[in-house]
Amino acid sequence: MANQRRRLALSVARKDLRIERRSHVLTAQILPFTLVTMVLFAFALDATSVLQRVAPGLVWLAVLFSMMIVVQRAFAVETADGALDALRSAGADMSGVFFGKFIALVVQLIIVEGALWIAAVLLYGIELRLGGIVLLVTSSISATCGLAAIGTIYGGLASGIQGRESLLPLLVLPVASPVLIGATRSAEAAFGIGGTVASEGWPWLGLLTVFAVAFVVVGSFAFGPLVDD
Amino acid sequence: MTTITPTTKSSHRGTGTTATRVIGLLATVMCAWLVVFGLILSPADRDQGDAVRIMYVHVPSVWLAYLAFIVTAAGSAIHLFGRRHSLQADRVAGASAEIGVVFMGVTLVSGMLWGRITWGVYWQWDARLTTTALLFVSYIGYLAVRNLDGTREQLARRSAIVGLLAVLEIPLVHWSVKLWRSLHQEATVLGTDLDVSLDGLMLFSLFVGVVAFTLVFVWLLLHRARTMAVVDLAAQRRLDDALIARRREGGN
Amino acid sequence: MRGYLWSSNANVVRVEDGGESPSVCRVNDVPTAHRNAVVMTDVVAMTGGFPALAGIDIQVAEGEIVLLAGPNGAGKTTVLRVCAGIQPIARGSVSVLGFDLRTDLAHIRSNVGFVGHRNGLYEDLTPAENLDFWAKVIGASPDEVDAAIDVMALNARVRDTPVSRLSAGQRRRVALAVLVIRRARLWLLDEPHAGLDASGRDELDGILRRAAASGATVVLASHELERATALATRRITISGGVIDGGDRNG
Repeated sequence: MANQRRRLALSVARKDLRIERRSHVLTAQILPFTLVTMVLFAFALDATSVLQRVAPGLVWLAVLFSMMIVVQRAFAVETADGALDALRSAGADMSGVFFGKFIALVVQLIIVEGALWIAAVLLYGIELRLGGIVLLVTSSISATCGLAAIGTIYGGLASGIQGRESLLPLLVLPVASPVLIGATRSAEAAFGIGGTVASEGWPWLGLLTVFAVAFVVVGSFAFGPLVDD
Repeated sequence: MTTITPTTKSSHRGTGTTATRVIGLLATVMCAWLVVFGLILSPADRDQGDAVRIMYVHVPSVWLAYLAFIVTAAGSAIHLFGRRHSLQADRVAGASAEIGVVFMGVTLVSGMLWGRITWGVYWQWDARLTTTALLFVSYIGYLAVRNLDGTREQLARRSAIVGLLAVLEIPLVHWSVKLWRSLHQEATVLGTDLDVSLDGLMLFSLFVGVVAFTLVFVWLLLHRARTMAVVDLAAQRRLDDALIARRREGGN
Repeated sequence: MRGYLWSSNANVVRVEDGGESPSVCRVNDVPTAHRNAVVMTDVVAMTGGFPALAGIDIQVAEGEIVLLAGPNGAGKTTVLRVCAGIQPIARGSVSVLGFDLRTDLAHIRSNVGFVGHRNGLYEDLTPAENLDFWAKVIGASPDEVDAAIDVMALNARVRDTPVSRLSAGQRRRVALAVLVIRRARLWLLDEPHAGLDASGRDELDGILRRAAASGATVVLASHELERATALATRRITISGGVIDGGDRNG
């Protein structure tokens, strides 16, 4: 059973990523959107010193907003032609589907984050310290897993209901706030912004990891009843 | 199918019973007491002056908001994991969340007014206040989920899951905000939060407030859950009518 | 690995209380021991607060090809969705292939194949990729996929064109190919002829006849009355969410 679930999860993830590669929604729409946000932040905040101070927060805000689009898109492909109904009637293991969509979402979000960090370095002029790389990478992965888990849970909930897409941000954003805080603080520590040192980031990594584990575990149980009822 | 037993005698219309009337009466008396103790009998604070009187509303409503969400979580868990998937538990969860959101709104407004007087600003990014604000939004989301389309059972199951997820959120949000503030904020301002030196009469007024608000909560909860039961009952009756109309469509 | 691994379990139970020969049903290697593929008793099902089914009683015997007829909005689609295990019922009871809908949903789903109004395909993928994905979900082998592609006459050009650029009829063929690899014991089809050209309809009818001959049960809703009546062994007319008059043997 566990084996079968893993295979289903990988099939779903591969299918989702293939759809994204084919449709270019991520590269042609979402990435440009996030990069424009980064430019708009610069217009709104004006001074380079301010931008450097708040760069990690802006990056993670942009990740959060683009995640809304990625999640909506991830479930739109399932509902557009009744594929979700077909999965249900085929008796597909919904926690396998959860992990599949989760993995695909993690991969897409990491691509978005990579682009945003590069943009932050180029546009805002922040500099990554060598000692901060491990912290930045590990905390980003933990944060991404947490975000992807809640995105998949609530995306699944909102998918079954037509015309309720606006519900997704209302449900996701409050839950995502610990991730936003944690990921931003640990990135600040990694970049040494505001006189922080890298060691200040580790408690945040703890928080992000607990968050990710909690919501992945809960999501694997909750997703089925939420989507399939 | 859950059967709904009418809670009132047929001669009587409404969701009240002797018990709720007694509770309602007690709640009214206690609220009157709260006004007397909070506004007249209890003294002004040495540092805060009359602003301390906001506490008599603020603290009981915080307590109540969290009590309400615990009840929501318990109702959700009973619905989800109970063998009968009781709709009554779902109604209690929903009613409690509605009341909790109202009291959380009272908490935020009274807290902000108090903050303006004491701290000089409406909003402090204090762990408790921030957690409360995020929860307020989360439970508004929960109520939105309760109002979605679906069969009664679908709605109950979905809301129960969302209600439990919101509980999972409380410690994580609180932890993160606390960690955040402890790293960035000198604690002196926050130290004044609730550590006012309460004399006996102040403490008693607070106690009256908590009892009064709890009674109000119980009273509202009973009535609201019963109203929801009546709504469900009406939906069943409507379904019977709709079935007849539906069959007639085909000339049957 | 097949998606219905657990049917071996049900197998034992069914053989014990069964009288019929296991060879009747070869579709899924599960012997047929019960007479009825579908028993719906006084079923009420809601779609968006509206009782699409208003206390319907339906019985379909194993091996039958049943046509669900009736005007638009009669409740045909809902009957099929309930049988497919993707629509909850508000009242009544449903038994599909001997399994109770409320308690044995997993068994029902693993033995039922459903094609609804929508095809359940991913628009950005090609038919080959769609079939590959669904084969993995269902647990069908590449050989079965190839066979289904042959049966539905999906040529190489169609196979490698994204579904979004295919015609309605071609999409329908792909969806039916997915249905074929399910090797279901109960086939549920909602307007399967819609969009198909003449040869596609013939191929579909052939598939359904062969499925029924090998012991599977077919329930289809169709407005192609002439064609569907010729195909069906029985017709059930629905209107207003209930059976319209008596059943008629066709």
